[in-house]
Amino acid sequence: MRKANGKNEPLFRLVKLDSPSWKRGLAQRALALLLAMVCGALLLLVLRKNPVAVYWQMIVGSVGTKVALTNTIRMAIPLLITTLGITVAFKLRYWNIGGEGQVCLGAIAATYFALNFVGKVPSWLLFVIMFAAGALLGGLWAAIPAYFKAKFNTNETLFTLMLNYVAVYIIQYLREGPWMDPQQTGFPQIPRFPMEARLPKVLGVHVGWIIALVLVVLVYVYLRKTKHGYEIAVVGESMDTARYAGMDVKKIILRTIFISGALCGVAGMVQVSGADFTLTETVAGGVGFTAITVAWLAKLNPALILVVSFLFSMLEKGANSIQTVFNISNAAADVLTGIILFFMLGCEFFIRYRVVFRKKKQARDLETAITAAVPAAAQPESVPTQPEQEAKEGAECSR
Amino acid sequence: MQQVINFIYAAVLAGTPLLFGTLGEILTEKVGNLNLGVEGMMFMGAAVGFACGYYTDSALLAVLGGFAAGALGGLIYAFLTVTLKANQNVTGLTLTIFGVGFGNMLGDYIMRHSPGNAAFVSEKVKAAFAKLNVPGISDLPFAGKLFFQYNVLVYLAIAIAILMYIFLQKTQAGLNLRAVGENPAAADAVSVPVTRYKYLAICVGGGISGLGGVYVSMTTTGGTWVYNCVNGLGWIAVALVIFAAWSPAKAIVGSYVFGGLSVLRHYVVLEIPVAIYAMLPFAATIVVLLVTSVRQSREKLQPKGCGINYDREER
Repeated sequence: MRKANGKNEPLFRLVKLDSPSWKRGLAQRALALLLAMVCGALLLLVLRKNPVAVYWQMIVGSVGTKVALTNTIRMAIPLLITTLGITVAFKLRYWNIGGEGQVCLGAIAATYFALNFVGKVPSWLLFVIMFAAGALLGGLWAAIPAYFKAKFNTNETLFTLMLNYVAVYIIQYLREGPWMDPQQTGFPQIPRFPMEARLPKVLGVHVGWIIALVLVVLVYVYLRKTKHGYEIAVVGESMDTARYAGMDVKKIILRTIFISGALCGVAGMVQVSGADFTLTETVAGGVGFTAITVAWLAKLNPALILVVSFLFSMLEKGANSIQTVFNISNAAADVLTGIILFFMLGCEFFIRYRVVFRKKKQARDLETAITAAVPAAAQPESVPTQPEQEAKEGAECSR
Repeated sequence: MQQVINFIYAAVLAGTPLLFGTLGEILTEKVGNLNLGVEGMMFMGAAVGFACGYYTDSALLAVLGGFAAGALGGLIYAFLTVTLKANQNVTGLTLTIFGVGFGNMLGDYIMRHSPGNAAFVSEKVKAAFAKLNVPGISDLPFAGKLFFQYNVLVYLAIAIAILMYIFLQKTQAGLNLRAVGENPAAADAVSVPVTRYKYLAICVGGGISGLGGVYVSMTTTGGTWVYNCVNGLGWIAVALVIFAAWSPAKAIVGSYVFGGLSVLRHYVVLEIPVAIYAMLPFAATIVVLLVTSVRQSREKLQPKGCGINYDREER
């Protein structure tokens, strides 16, 4: 019993929990969120602002009035749809960081039809065409890196990321070149959408929110209840297993990423014809990146995504309002988002593992006495099984 | 001829922040961690370096502050991925979100609290980052401009690249570091302190990336804060690591090539819209990614343990 003399036993060790209970997980996440808020409060104190007043203003400024709430929901719509798209890709363990670019391409496709097809087709048909075109172009844009990933195992993280920049510059090119509004002088702009190409409002917010909610249900069903969803899960877990089971991995990657990009493209179409009414480089506005964190925080669960994306929109809208009220840069939203995520990431560890500290000397002596009393043959077995037993006890206690 | 030299000169200046970022990321990946937070660490370095330069009026403190800020970003990343075993991709992205926000917030704060809402570092600090002027040498025809007229950070970047090459290839510690990146379990078995190596490499790597930020806020913008000034350089740096095949020496060439692409439009006048020129570095990165993956050299070059957290108890 070399360990029992205490010198070689580390200060603490980690015990992996077999089945972390969700109640304990929820409590720990709440604690992590609280700690993140405290951290953010410290930062605000450094900036000589009253944290309580700032936090309160963020809530009031995002959901306190009808106008604010409407705006928050409007911000949540593209985020929600994009997150659904990102989620589909992440289920496959495909790091689609190109949501931003796919949103842009969806918006470009929708804009093309909004500017050229008004009056030629009925309004409802125009929306259908814009929707389909947005989805198609977004999907194709995403399919480019997916093709090379499937064929040559090209790093999709960087590929999709670089395509974001390319997409933004395509919009700049269109804005300064072929699609420039000839009636505008000065700063080059793409013409504003005619009324027929703007999404109608339902209950004060454009119909994008209904589209988003329908997509939540569709994505949930697609991932959980269909053969495709099952294939995505298998490929995501292990490509080798999928191949062994006779799945066409390349086809599954291409198809899934097309859907992922198509959803992002729809987000772009909804944003451009529901909120912006014109195409600019900021059409995606960081949604593609925020979506990644939302998807991850929501554990790729469409129902949770609904909640988390709304909370993030609150955070962003709230940050906009503190900018005007407290004279704090709206980059504060990113800082707070970052801090919250850091704590959530760290918190995962304490959900998966339990930290066991070195026992006090008295307890150790007792343990030594007990192990000494046990027949020598039993010792080698009793020592290694101890952590497992503690893990079981831990799991049971938390239930 | 003069035009060509001017172009190369501009390419080196534009490529240096990329070189810092790339070198930092190479060190990080060599120890087995893929840190996607380079953009964030560069922002932190840029803002803190600017703040130090503005408030302390010392160029040295600006550089050290920028390094420390980047290293702090690295430390957060290291704590989360090495100790708490969090997903490296998500942690890196979070670091970018945090760093970009932090940098812009700090820079914005300084601007808002300075006279006339405009903050410039003093002439003294600016002079420290001015181009080198060694009498006799810097004025040489051609060679003078090509080699001896850069600012001090350009030479610092090259020096770091050479030192890193020697460290990784020629020293015992460098060998240990690479072993940790290739196979942490094997390194652990021969009592290389895996955790210590990872922490040190990630923090120093973050610090070097932070220097790239200092370069942006001290020379590219001319010693003031420009909102979103780093603007994707960190991401190109991550891609350049692949282009440079994880070699500090090749990183020098790669960075200058990409620097050249980003200033090309001022030197080569073609009938191409501005937006297409601006797209070039990013499009070129994609081409690099494609070529390396089609040739499948990536498989051989990337440290084997890169991207996977090491858990001693899961062997």
